[in-house]
Amino acid sequence: MSIRIGIVGAGKMGLSHFAIANALPDTAVVAVCDTSRYVISVLNKYAGVQTFVGYKEMIDQARPDAVIIATPTSTHFECAKYALERDIHLFVEKPLTLSPADSRALSELAIQRRRINQVGFHNRFIGTFQEAQRLVCAGALGKVSNIHGSAFGQVVVKEPNRTWRTSKSEGGGCLHDYASHVIDLMNFLVGPPTRVEGASLQTIFSQNVDDAVSAVFAHAGDVSGILETNWSDDSYRKMTTTVTIHGTGGKLIVDRQELKVYLREPRGFEDYVEGWNMRYITGLQKPVGFYLRGEEYSAQLEAFTEAIRADNMAHENSFASAYETDRVVDLILQANKPKG
Amino acid sequence: MATIDRILFGDNQFFGVNHMSEEKARQQLLKFKDTSAIIEVLDNAYDLGIRTFMCTTHDRIGEICDHMRAHRERYKDFIYFPCMPYAHKYANSVSQVGVMETMQRFAVGGVMSTLMRGAVGTLTRDMYALMRLLVDAEMKRFENLNTPVIFLQNVVTDLLLGLKLYPVFAEFDRYVKERYGAEAGYITMNLPLLLDTLAKAGVENPIVCANINKIGFRMSGGVDAYRELLRTGKCRAIAMSVLASGAIPPQEAIEWACGLEGLQSIVFGASSRGNIGQTQELIYRSWGR
Repeated sequence: MSIRIGIVGAGKMGLSHFAIANALPDTAVVAVCDTSRYVISVLNKYAGVQTFVGYKEMIDQARPDAVIIATPTSTHFECAKYALERDIHLFVEKPLTLSPADSRALSELAIQRRRINQVGFHNRFIGTFQEAQRLVCAGALGKVSNIHGSAFGQVVVKEPNRTWRTSKSEGGGCLHDYASHVIDLMNFLVGPPTRVEGASLQTIFSQNVDDAVSAVFAHAGDVSGILETNWSDDSYRKMTTTVTIHGTGGKLIVDRQELKVYLREPRGFEDYVEGWNMRYITGLQKPVGFYLRGEEYSAQLEAFTEAIRADNMAHENSFASAYETDRVVDLILQANKPKG
Repeated sequence: MATIDRILFGDNQFFGVNHMSEEKARQQLLKFKDTSAIIEVLDNAYDLGIRTFMCTTHDRIGEICDHMRAHRERYKDFIYFPCMPYAHKYANSVSQVGVMETMQRFAVGGVMSTLMRGAVGTLTRDMYALMRLLVDAEMKRFENLNTPVIFLQNVVTDLLLGLKLYPVFAEFDRYVKERYGAEAGYITMNLPLLLDTLAKAGVENPIVCANINKIGFRMSGGVDAYRELLRTGKCRAIAMSVLASGAIPPQEAIEWACGLEGLQSIVFGASSRGNIGQTQELIYRSWGR
């Protein structure tokens, strides 16, 4: 069965998803909608897809099997609800929504309609992070006590022009747009925190949104977590995400390229020895059928279409899992509110 | 038809690109902070007999080109294979200001604003005009330098491939020939799909550059498919990432690549005269001088 896909939003992520989905076997992008008439007209003329200005028209007229939503976060809820009510499988860009209640409602609706519901937290498809998660779950580090997650990069290094990314109500800002990736990755590795003990959102160059976020988490089982993100750091060429996890049996430091594991004596684990171990992405990443800009972007859409074909509701990055991330984001916002 | 040397020099090491280690990338950025450090390594490569520099149209490439133009006699045999665009500046810009303003930012001249005022019909008709403007903007830095092959970077090649905007390949091919007397080259991570597509777009025996390494790192379609394509000679292929960012020991990596039937060239980057010489020596051992 060929899967017919519709794309909502033809910006950077929308076009990237379009290209990847279109190159997957037995999958075709049949329709695209975007409010930019220029982009739409080019795609209509040269890419051989139906194009629309509004998502409702696209869904009603093109009747895709699945829809990929890559619009500003504030628009996700309405569009996702409309699609789910028409029994369409969904892949939604991160974060799922700006409200945990909305995210939970979407998750419940998707389960009720038995539609695949995936969110684009692509770190979960990077080989180094997957291996780190496997090690933690298998107990290679013993009992986990601390997790530290950070992301730095140069998204806003001067006063930005106005787009949805500079508007808090539309889902702009470092917390929703950037830190959410790290929060989701930390959730993936050790599970979500139960409390946010403290948080700080700082503006550096932006007018209306945060550029740096710090927070302290408390998890069940006496695990504590620290989040540190700053997207106004031009000492990094691109977004650089690093997680460190300490356990009673050792620690690991992981980024998208390297996994460093230190195991305390007297323990080794599988082919990991006592002391330091290095593993590289070149040996950990599974190949993908079509590569555009990182295996993870292809792998997540491969997983999405595989889940549709297999009717597998237990897939990675479900709305339920993305709800947990939105919940932590919300707790950070609450913790940052001025007291009194 | 452009002559392509068997050994080409790459530029990732100069601009902090390392697919295996951020720390290594940082060390390289430090080392090549001054353009003079880059020139020194290029001088080493040139003195060792490597004439072709495959270079991204990174902002700093302009300074290198200025140096080369200022010392024309010293670099008279030097050949540049520009690889465009430097994708980060466009990708960052699309996130910041959207597709439309990005195109305005980077297209030279006032043509874009003329287009902006026109009807949608005019805009679509002129998508190729826009592509030509972007190519010209990227090529400005290489004025009066020898650029017999002009490459499309993999992020653009593979984006067009996925979007199935196939006619753009043929137009790129036509335009660089007409305007720059150059051959088009295509960098890709999906060689089997690309060659299939270029054949359909009417581009024959294309110059392509792809990851080609023993462990199949970023070789979509698989090592066997690549081997078969090279063997049947449907393209002039340049292997990059032969060492898979250092995951394969140099000798093993290069012996394997040089042993591939039908491989035209190898591009590699190195940061010192010693490393350039060693890699070159390994290639000579298999391919001869």
